[in-house]
Amino acid sequence: MVTVLEALEGARLSEITATETSLRRFLHGLPGVDQVGAEARAAGLATRSIKTTAKQTAIDLAISMIDLTTLEGQDTPGKVRALCAKAQRPDPSDQSVPHVAAVCIYPDLVATAKNALGNSEIKVASVATAFPSGRSSLAIKQQDTRDAVAAGADEVDMVIDRGAFLAGRYGQVFDEIVAVKEAASDAHLKVILETGELATYDNVRRASWLAMLAGGDSIKTSTGKITPAATLPVTLIMLEAVRDFRDATGRQVGVKAAGGIRTTKDAIRYLVLVNETVGDDWLDPDWFRLGASSLLNDLLMQRQKTATGRYSGPDYFTLD
Amino acid sequence: MAKLEYAPAPESRAIVDIASSYGLFIGGEFVDPDDGTPFKTVNPATEEVLADVSAAGPQDVDKAVQAARRAYNRVWSKLSGRDRGKYLFRIARIIQERSRELAVLESIDNGKPIRESRDVDVPLVAAHFFYYAGWADKLSYAGFGPDPKPHGVAGQVIPWNFPLLMLAWKIAPALAAGNTVVLKPAETTPLTALLFAEICQQADLPAGVVNIVTGAGETGRALVEHPDVDKVAFTGSTEVGRQIARSIAGTPKKVTLELGGKAANIVLDDAPIDQAVEGIVNGIFFNQGHVCCAGSRLLVQESVADELMTRLKRRLKTLRVGDPLDKNTDIGAINSAEQLARIRELSEVGEAEGAERWSPPCELPDRGFWFPPTVFTGVSQAHRIAREEIFGPVLSVLTFRTPAEAVEKANNTPYGLSAGVWTDKGSRILWMAQQLRAGVVWANTFNRFDPTSPFGGYKESGYGREGGRHGLGAYLKGAA
Repeated sequence: MVTVLEALEGARLSEITATETSLRRFLHGLPGVDQVGAEARAAGLATRSIKTTAKQTAIDLAISMIDLTTLEGQDTPGKVRALCAKAQRPDPSDQSVPHVAAVCIYPDLVATAKNALGNSEIKVASVATAFPSGRSSLAIKQQDTRDAVAAGADEVDMVIDRGAFLAGRYGQVFDEIVAVKEAASDAHLKVILETGELATYDNVRRASWLAMLAGGDSIKTSTGKITPAATLPVTLIMLEAVRDFRDATGRQVGVKAAGGIRTTKDAIRYLVLVNETVGDDWLDPDWFRLGASSLLNDLLMQRQKTATGRYSGPDYFTLD
Repeated sequence: MAKLEYAPAPESRAIVDIASSYGLFIGGEFVDPDDGTPFKTVNPATEEVLADVSAAGPQDVDKAVQAARRAYNRVWSKLSGRDRGKYLFRIARIIQERSRELAVLESIDNGKPIRESRDVDVPLVAAHFFYYAGWADKLSYAGFGPDPKPHGVAGQVIPWNFPLLMLAWKIAPALAAGNTVVLKPAETTPLTALLFAEICQQADLPAGVVNIVTGAGETGRALVEHPDVDKVAFTGSTEVGRQIARSIAGTPKKVTLELGGKAANIVLDDAPIDQAVEGIVNGIFFNQGHVCCAGSRLLVQESVADELMTRLKRRLKTLRVGDPLDKNTDIGAINSAEQLARIRELSEVGEAEGAERWSPPCELPDRGFWFPPTVFTGVSQAHRIAREEIFGPVLSVLTFRTPAEAVEKANNTPYGLSAGVWTDKGSRILWMAQQLRAGVVWANTFNRFDPTSPFGGYKESGYGREGGRHGLGAYLKGAA
C-alpha cells in the first residue's frame, strides 16, 4: 500500500490520471487512516500551551492568514465594502495589526470588493462552481468561474462534486477540477472538499490527492454551509496529504481550514497543527489560510489583552 | 529560528507543599522510624534534593504489618463491601480534586512530563479507584463463588516509573476485596505515595488499612519475607521478581509478579502509516521509555521500512525534550543517575555490536539526568539491544519479510508482556493476536490502559493479572 507513494516518485503523474481505473487504483492504494489514531494525534496537539510571546506571534500569524468571509444570500455591496475596510485595517485604533490575507465572497460581488480594496495586497477570493452544493452542469461551473475571474478575482474557491466522489466516479471529479482550473486561468484555485460530506478520513485523503493531482493550488476543508465544517483531525489528514504530495512530486499545495473556527484558541490549535505536521514552509498566508468571519474580532481582543494585560469588551471592536 | 517558537509554559509548583522530611505512614499516622535511616529523594530534572525520607528497617516493617493485621482483624474484615466501597469512592474523588497537586508532585519527583502526569497518570489513578470501588459490594457476583474471602494482609512493592499509578493498581483492588496493605514505593519516587497517605487520612480511612513504608531493596525484602504477610504483589525488574519467587517458595503466600518486557511493535505493509508512526513514538518514548510494556522492538515489514523510517525520523525531530513541568514537553528526565548509566551502557553496546545509532538534534539541559530519543537501525535478534530491556527512550528497529516471520521474531524473547500490531486488515490482527505470546496485544494503538482491562505477562514478564475482574481475583482466596 505504502509503496504506491514510493512508486509515484518514478511514475509520471499522467499515468496515474490517465484512466478512471488507474486513478481509482492509485487512490485506493494510498495508506489508510486509522480514525482513532488520527483523532488522538489531533487531540494531543490541541493540548499545546501557547503563551506570552508565542501567543503574540501566533495571533498576528493567524490574522494574516484569514480569508475574511461573507457568503450570505443577503450580502450587499455595502456589506462587502465594510468587510474590505475591516480586512485592510482590522483594528482602526492600532496600526500594528496586520491585514488579513483575502476577502472571500460570491462572484457577483467581486467587482465591488476589487474596487474597495484598490491597490492593497489583499486578495479577492470568489467562491464558484455552483457553490455550495456544486450541483450544476460543468458548463455552468466553468462560466461561473470565468465570470469571477473576469470581474477580477485573484483566487477561486471551487467545490467538488461530492455526489460523484461518493459514487466512485473519481474520473468525473478529476475532469471537473481540471476544467475549472483551466477556466480559472491564472487565478489561484482552491478546491473545497466539503469533508463533512465525505464521511471517512480515508475519503478525505483520497479527495485531497485527487484535487492535487488535478492541479488544485490549494485544498480547502469546507464550504462552511454544513456541519461539521473544519475539524482538527480532517485538517491533519489534509496537511499530511500536501506534505506527502510535495515529497512525491516537488509541488507545494496550500491548505485552507474553513468554517467553525471562531476563537483565538481554535485558531492557535490549527497553527500548532501546521507547525508540527508540515512546519515553517506552510506557516505563511500563501500556504495556509483560515476561512472565518467572527474569528477576527476574537483575535483582536486577545491581541489587545496580551499587549496591555486588559481585556476590553466586544464594543471596542468594529462589527462589520 | 522557527516561525512559531513555543514560549516556556511551566506549570506552577506553588500548588505542592513538599515537607523537608517525611516519616513512615503506619497505623494511620506518620511516625519516625525505629531502626530506619534517612535518605534523600531528588528531582531528576535538576538534581535538587526534594526531601529527606525514612528508609524503614525490619522493625518498622514489622510494625507496619502488625498495624495492617490489626486493622484487618478489627475493622476492615468486619465492614460490609458497601462500606469499603464508600471509602474507595471517597479516595477516588479526593484524587480528582487534588489531581493538579498530584500531577505536579509526580513530575517533580519522577521527571515525567506534566502533560503525561496530568493527562494519563492521575486520571487513570482516579479511574482505578472508581472502578474497584464499584466491585467492593459485588464480590459475590464476580464469578469467584458465592462468598469469596480476602487473603488478609497484602505486602506490595512498586516501581518508580508510574509511582502513583502502580500504587493505584495495587491498593485499589486489594482494599475492594477486603485486604489491608503495606506498600513500599520505590526509593527514587516516594513522594506521591506519601501524599496519598495524606489523602487516606483526609478520607477518614480506618487507621492501618493502608500503611506506607519507604525505603530501598532491603525494606522491600523485609516486607516480602515478613511471615505475617499473606499476599505479595510486586511490579519491577525480572531479577528482583525471581528473588521474590524464591523467597516465598514453600510458604502459603500468594503472589503476583509484573516484571520486565521487550515488546515487539509490528508494522505490516498495509498499516495506516501516519498513525503507526504516532504509535511507535507513543510506544517507546512515552514516559521516557520507562515502561515495562514499552514497544522497544520495532518490527517493520521490509517493503515499507525505508518509508516508515523516513517518516519516523521526521516526526522525532518535533519531539520536545526538557523541563518536565513545561506543558509542551514531550520527553522529560531519566529517573535516576543509575538508570541513565544503564541506558548509556546498553546504547554503547548497541553501537559496538554494529547497529546504527541515530538521535534527532536536541539540546539537553546541563543539570539533571537526560538522554535523547534514540533509534537503532540494522538491529538483529542476536544484538543485546534486541534482547535486554533498556527501560529508556531507545528503539531497536528490525525488519521482517512475512507476517509469520514477524510472529516468530516477536515471540523469540524471554519476555511476553505486550505487543502491537499495525495493519488495516482486521483478519490479520486477529490471526496475529492469537499467535503472539504476550499478555496484552494492542491493535493499531499502543500503551493504552484501562482499569477494566487485565494486564500481565507471559514467561519472564511475570504471572498473575492486574486490572479488571482478573485483578480483583488476585486478592481473593481460591480465585486466582
